Amino acid sequence: MIVLWYKLADYVLPFDLARYIFIKNALLAVLLVTPIFGVLGTMVVSNRMVFFTEVLGHSALTGIAIGILCGIHDPTLPMITIAVVLAVLVNIMKGMTRASMDTVLGVFLAFMIALGITILSRHGGFVKFTTYLIGDILAVTPQQIAWIAALFVIVLIYWCFAGNALILTSVSGSLARSRRIRTFLVETSFTILLAVVVMVAIRLVGILIINSLLVLPAAASRNIARSVGAYTGLSIAISMISGTTGLFASYYWGTASGATIVLFAVGCYAISALTDRIRRKSFT
Amino acid sequence: MDDKLCRHCCIKISDLTVRFGNKPVLDNVSLHIHCGEVVAVVGPNGAGKTTLLRTILGEFPYRGAMESRIGGVEGRKPRIGYVPQRLHLDLDSPINVADLVVLAISKRPVWLGVTRRLSEEARRVLSVFSAGYLAKKRIGELSGGELQRVLLAIAMTAEPELLLLDEPGSGVDIQGLSLFYQLVRSLREQHDISVIIVTHDLAGISTYVDRIILLNHSVVAEGEPGKVLSNEKILHTFGPSLWNISALPTLTSLKGEL
Repeated sequence: MIVLWYKLADYVLPFDLARYIFIKNALLAVLLVTPIFGVLGTMVVSNRMVFFTEVLGHSALTGIAIGILCGIHDPTLPMITIAVVLAVLVNIMKGMTRASMDTVLGVFLAFMIALGITILSRHGGFVKFTTYLIGDILAVTPQQIAWIAALFVIVLIYWCFAGNALILTSVSGSLARSRRIRTFLVETSFTILLAVVVMVAIRLVGILIINSLLVLPAAASRNIARSVGAYTGLSIAISMISGTTGLFASYYWGTASGATIVLFAVGCYAISALTDRIRRKSFT
Repeated sequence: MDDKLCRHCCIKISDLTVRFGNKPVLDNVSLHIHCGEVVAVVGPNGAGKTTLLRTILGEFPYRGAMESRIGGVEGRKPRIGYVPQRLHLDLDSPINVADLVVLAISKRPVWLGVTRRLSEEARRVLSVFSAGYLAKKRIGELSGGELQRVLLAIAMTAEPELLLLDEPGSGVDIQGLSLFYQLVRSLREQHDISVIIVTHDLAGISTYVDRIILLNHSVVAEGEPGKVLSNEKILHTFGPSLWNISALPTLTSLKGEL
């Protein structure tokens, strides 16, 4: 499979980039991961879960730390476990408390970061974990790409079957329940999927900015779109465009890819916000 | 009305108690909604009106019994159409009216875009409630009355036997509201449905319903609108000027006078 992609990339990419296998890997990873983010982001923004996903991203620190305590070489599994537990916990608490989740999430954020750093910084060893903070798309392995491809398929199937239920639940939980939608199941499965995606992608873009990638394309799309279809489509498009342009730009500028991609996404957001303003002015 | 020929749903609620923590929000509520009846549940803010609806929807655990009979068949749960009080949407949410209708009438993923056929179907569903022209508007752009009509159209797509309306009056002007209530009454004549309307607007609802139930955690009084409205003690204590005071005295003592 991946050999096929290498051949294809030879035709698509300019010569100086096509020389490097790692660029081809990175591009494939970006092309797979950005549409996932574009789709999931629409629901994160609509459901006002931006702060939640921020906490989710930072829980990776605790996941890595616990992996090391347990002597596990590849921290992906403990990271996913911690994130899924956190996601389910927050979802249950959301149903129980009538108060705002804002403060509760703030406490979780502090706890996850502090616990992670405390464990990882034993014997002054935190420096070797900084790659997790910034991420490294160029170091992506074919095995990781296979994981991302699998997630791509899972998210696509999930969105086909549960997408409508998710949207109706976000519009009104009671209305959804009156149509026999099991809203708790729908919301919990979504947050679990979100947790897994974020943890798998965190190697590529880093803890510090993963949330921006999730939120910005959908937020930009929201400024322009007037229907669910346009919202999703534009979000995917903006995510993929800022992903690929950011990746190439980071190669030429010699900068961190994740951050560069986010800058392009911020650019898209700024343009969409301006478009929205101009359109509103011309209406009134 | 002859029960055997009647396809209507009737629902009997006995000694319904719902607690949030230690506080009983509904305390031994007993109601009987007859076949094809339009009933208003009226009470001050925080009286447990919405909780009653959501308990009927099956959202909260309760003590007591809820029995239903549909078309003479005991025990089957009624199909419920529900019109929520408000939606959890930001004003700029990128979801339009047609999207919302299609979510209700089709299994096709809405995020893939709405096909021409589904779009026409949505328009048809909406036009029954004179809301066809709203199809391409975003939900956040609708007025209170327009939103109520859209939500009613969506509730009716479930082909409900029992229709629950939660505070349809909030954010709707008086003219729009009387139009809306007339629409609900005409539904009762065209379809086999019973209707429960929750509201705190005692005066506004009275000409459109068969029966009024006054609720303040428990059933305070019930009866035909004329009787309830002509009872001065009820009007005095439950009257519009006092509506927003939630700490109303219980009116159990008045029950016998109706």
